[in-house]
Amino acid sequence: MTAARRSRLFWLIGLGVTLVVAGVISWYASSSPDGLESAAEQAGFLGTARDSAVADSPLADYAVAGVGSERLSGGLAGVVGVVVTLLLAGGLALLLRRRGRARAGTGD
Amino acid sequence: MHVPDGFLDAPTSLATGAAAAGAVALALRGARRELDERTAPMAGLTAAFVFAVQMVNFPVGAGTSGHLMGGVLTAVLVGPWTAVLCMTVVLLVQALLFADGGLTALGTNVTLLGVVAIVVGYGVFRLLSAVLPRTRGGVLTAAGVGAFLSVPVAALVFVLLFALGAIADVPLGTVAAAMVGVHVLIGLGEAAITVAVLGAVLAVRPDLVHGAARLRRPADLAGRPAPAEAVTR
Repeated sequence: MTAARRSRLFWLIGLGVTLVVAGVISWYASSSPDGLESAAEQAGFLGTARDSAVADSPLADYAVAGVGSERLSGGLAGVVGVVVTLLLAGGLALLLRRRGRARAGTGD
Repeated sequence: MHVPDGFLDAPTSLATGAAAAGAVALALRGARRELDERTAPMAGLTAAFVFAVQMVNFPVGAGTSGHLMGGVLTAVLVGPWTAVLCMTVVLLVQALLFADGGLTALGTNVTLLGVVAIVVGYGVFRLLSAVLPRTRGGVLTAAGVGAFLSVPVAALVFVLLFALGAIADVPLGTVAAAMVGVHVLIGLGEAAITVAVLGAVLAVRPDLVHGAARLRRPADLAGRPAPAEAVTR
């Protein structure tokens, strides 16, 4: 396999795994309260939590408004989140990257 | 650990918002040195991957769950400055589109998951990398320990913020014990996922792992056999 094909395969597999995790495997996630929520309940301060101002957004709580099947709704929300995150983070990174022949620095 | 609105008061939320904004401004400068044609797509993919894996809560003990924070994994993959930006994007998308984590708490969440976790976890990774053997096992051990510690430390910093500006009036000792106890367990999951993912990427594309740069021999980077005296150093 050529280096270019190997490289393309890495990106395809990486993106594929990411979409499967968000779109399919997320259905099997534990729905128990998370660490902070459960600690807040134990320590008695969960009651002060307020709904987010965007709690009525069409994607709130990882569900697409209007999609009947919970499984499909959650999976679609995950895929939308992956695509938006990929575009925003990837776009920002591309804007910030060194161009042309600039050599790698020490980084940190 | 996505802090909702209503846990911390306005002054504390404003302060963490300012801290987060400052960190992001520094990261926008620092990331320029980490990003090039090859690593920029990796930053996008890593952020998307962290978003996806954060959807998959795993059970920790009875009636509680946790999920990957991903700060240390991201920092080792793409560099610490870029990781701050990746985590900020993930938290923004979660808060704005999915109502996961409060809007007034966004600065708090960026501070905890995007700054504290990376500073502490990646710091531990660098310290351990300096003393451990320059092997795949050394990199994975350093990343695993850093990832593990990043979770309870972020939980402790939440407790500190809670001490400064909690809305509820509850004993701090109880909050600290509950937060650290559960987040030590979640940290074990964080370490396991970090090591597994990093191990997989190192196996196929070690050249894409920022934190494994020291594993690369000069010969690999030069693309031709290096003179014998060059590799002895």
